[in-house]
Amino acid sequence: MTAANSSVATKFDVMEIRQDFPVLTQTIHGRPLVYLDSAATAQKPYTVIDALRRFHEVDCANIHRGVHELSQRSTAAYEVTRTKAMRYLNAPSEEALIFVRGTTEGINLVASSWGRKSIKPGDEIIISAMEHHSNIVPWQMLCEEKDATLRFIPMDDRGDLILEEYEKLLNPRTRMVAVSHVSNALGTINPVKQIVEMAHRAGALALVDGAQAVPHMQVDVQALDADFYAFSGHKIFGPTGIGILYGKSKLLNAMPPYQGGGDMILTVTLEKSTYNDLPYKFEAGTPNIAGGIGLGAAFDYVSNVGLEAIAAYEHQLLVYGTELLRQIPGLRMIGTAREKASVLSFVMEDIHPHDIGTVLDRLGIAVRTGHHCAQPVMDRFRIPATTRASLAFYNTPAELDQLAAGLKKVKEMFA
Amino acid sequence: MFDDLYQEIIIDHSKRPRNCRAMGDANYRVDGHNPLCGDKLRLYLKLEDERITDASFEGSGCAISTAAASLMTENLKGKTREEALRLLDTFHELLTTDTPVRRDLGKLVVFCGVRDYPARVKCATLAWHTLKSALLNADALVTTE
Repeated sequence: MTAANSSVATKFDVMEIRQDFPVLTQTIHGRPLVYLDSAATAQKPYTVIDALRRFHEVDCANIHRGVHELSQRSTAAYEVTRTKAMRYLNAPSEEALIFVRGTTEGINLVASSWGRKSIKPGDEIIISAMEHHSNIVPWQMLCEEKDATLRFIPMDDRGDLILEEYEKLLNPRTRMVAVSHVSNALGTINPVKQIVEMAHRAGALALVDGAQAVPHMQVDVQALDADFYAFSGHKIFGPTGIGILYGKSKLLNAMPPYQGGGDMILTVTLEKSTYNDLPYKFEAGTPNIAGGIGLGAAFDYVSNVGLEAIAAYEHQLLVYGTELLRQIPGLRMIGTAREKASVLSFVMEDIHPHDIGTVLDRLGIAVRTGHHCAQPVMDRFRIPATTRASLAFYNTPAELDQLAAGLKKVKEMFA
Repeated sequence: MFDDLYQEIIIDHSKRPRNCRAMGDANYRVDGHNPLCGDKLRLYLKLEDERITDASFEGSGCAISTAAASLMTENLKGKTREEALRLLDTFHELLTTDTPVRRDLGKLVVFCGVRDYPARVKCATLAWHTLKSALLNADALVTTE
């Protein structure tokens, strides 16, 4: 395995990258932290931490309203993130990018604003069997309210969506297809371009949950032709509580506001208000200003490292980790799709994920155990939970060696 | 390094749980569920004259929750409803407070390490919460018509 280690390490200076992430330098229960839970939240580089600190120390003011210097500085720092997001996603304009709390709020905004106006009784919405709860529950709520029907694209035993079945679900009543770009529980990279195209051919719109995709691959919303694309800042090394919803301008313009309040209006009388233009129409109230500024720093950081280099390095890590885990007797990978992002989800016969997680934690290794907010995925594979190691570009082959050694220790204890 | 949580008795009861069976003539049967981790447990009790004469369980869970159910069912036999409920309170105190460990818990003291693992307290208490709803909830009563 040393050969694999060195071949990975030579192409990407991961040790230098790790210097940028202060959290990674600590010990947990006396052992160096091995952080393998980046799909839950990614760690933050100094540049993001410094941006948050600088805002609070130097530029702190409310945005879009003051004429004073601090307000202008904070407005500029916040709004420049929208410009960075436009480049990051290759969005056609800044007005197409709405700041939200995260992926969950982005999807809820579409389900609530677009959905309430557009969905009629008997209409159909399609999601997939591998969605995170955040891309299931808002559509269930909408369907219940509007007496519409929710349908599901099934997946096979590897964790690939079955597109032939999807084709059969599409019909003139289909109004929306909402799927994840990358599955958080399985790592599957879905063929979203094709899924969107099929939706459009049936006359439906398409929303893509990009939470697990944006940290790992180049996303081009225009090439995908997605009508909506949502993601969270904290998964791409930015702060929590901030995210972006991309929407096609003509759709966003036709949608009613999501929430009412300050900043989303042009004029207000006691009887009636007129609404602000995009994107502000959807941004009521004082937003997470610091979070937005931190997200801008995160875009810069990831762009500097380079998404192409990140994707190539993470793929090598994934291949290395998959091979290591396959050598552990009794371990079964959950999610073996043809195209995968850096998620290693698995079960070990008769050993509960919570016991695995606790033992690994005592060895300094942070993994996620449970249903990963994707209970239907667990039901599909007839398991209550999995253990999930999710990787980022700051992880090393040596850390995967430690994971494998930890799992052998787990087996000794419980098998 | 894991001796504080996974004491030998816990490992033993998780690998070879006692009273892990359905009970055909139970007069109380109730299901417990921990939605956070997906653990499911079905508890059976036989009470005669307000005294527990038999206790058993079925289900799947982690080592802590399986061992907790195993040791709980062992411990319940012969106890009155009142005694069982008092034991539940004492056990809960063992897991969630810093109070000195009480001797009257018997073998159950092996769970004292759980108090240092707050994320695992619910694993150790699933069986006991299920017991509580069995003893206090009329729905748990098995109807025999």
